[in-house]
Amino acid sequence: MNDLSAPSITYRAVPVRPAVARRIRGLSDQALAWLFITPTIVLLLAINVFPLVWAIYLSFTNYRANRANAPTIWLGTDWYRSILTDPDIWAAMQVTAHFVIWTVLIETVLGFGLAFLIDKKFRGHGMWTTIILLPMMLSPAVVGNFWTFLYQPQIGLFNYVVAFVTGRDASSFQMLGDVTLSPWAIVIVDAWMWTPYVMLICLAGLRSIPDYIYEAAEVDRASNWRQFWSITLPMALPFIMLAVLFRGIENFKMFDMVNLLTGGGPGSTTEVASITLKRAAFESWRTGYSSAFAIILFVTVFGLANIYVKALNRVKNR
Amino acid sequence: MSRDANTSTLRRDLADRILRRGPLEAVATTIIAAGVVMLMQPFFLTLYSWSFAITLFGTVMFTIVSKVRE
Repeated sequence: MNDLSAPSITYRAVPVRPAVARRIRGLSDQALAWLFITPTIVLLLAINVFPLVWAIYLSFTNYRANRANAPTIWLGTDWYRSILTDPDIWAAMQVTAHFVIWTVLIETVLGFGLAFLIDKKFRGHGMWTTIILLPMMLSPAVVGNFWTFLYQPQIGLFNYVVAFVTGRDASSFQMLGDVTLSPWAIVIVDAWMWTPYVMLICLAGLRSIPDYIYEAAEVDRASNWRQFWSITLPMALPFIMLAVLFRGIENFKMFDMVNLLTGGGPGSTTEVASITLKRAAFESWRTGYSSAFAIILFVTVFGLANIYVKALNRVKNR
Repeated sequence: MSRDANTSTLRRDLADRILRRGPLEAVATTIIAAGVVMLMQPFFLTLYSWSFAITLFGTVMFTIVSKVRE
């Protein structure tokens, strides 16, 4: 018999353990957990905690980043006192307040209205939702440049539409160059961009209301108006509060869009706090002063974030 | 003796009612909100000057009381 088959060879798997795996095998669960989270902790300490502590230290000194080798003098709370008694900084805070209050108000009213409409199932509501959400997906830099062109007095579409509706000459007003109109110009752009975000949060709130509550109200012959005031609004309120807080915090530290649209001008009519801070830090090179200002803004945002987290927990516990 | 026990119980009840996370967080939240309003109001420079101290106090208080038992 001609045996052409290969001679049978028995292969035996020999486990080869890399050195790291061998070392990890001996670690406890807790040690392994620490091993995994240590890089993240180190990164957070390096890029978040260290700059914060350093900025707190600088806020008590006369340090200037463009004269790093000059001797640093300890000034105590001088910068804080200077900022908190400066009428110009106070004016910047009022510009910020105007921006925050009006954007949050407009975005909440329009966002909730849109959410209320989108929540009613109608033909093509998915398509409309996508179209409404588009501005939110754009970069603030793109939106800033885009609206600069829309606000052009000669060729801008915005002026053309206003002229068409009111009958005024399109080149007779400048949205970005007028001291009265420019604060509203930045409000309009922010509302255009972020109303869809508020709508999304409100929509989540409206969709979380169980249908049986409305059915019970129907049985009790409650009118649509009564259902809105007694069921829809109270049950969606935590979500609306969440949207208000989130947009409030974001707009309090708004920089990019306003910087691209007006750069704080004309004069200082749209100079929100973050633009004042940028000018002090990178145009006047008053690093210690701007660090103190940044700490004041940070404490305010941190305080608001605490309220935000509390509101978030309330929504979560519902 | 009995009066002392009653007073002690009353005091403990009051402490139990007030020194809880919920009411203390509400107080801290109100202080923070007052600080932010003072920072942005256009009426009195003095209020603006004190706004940072108030917000900082509210924030520190919130951080501490969020560790208090429920």
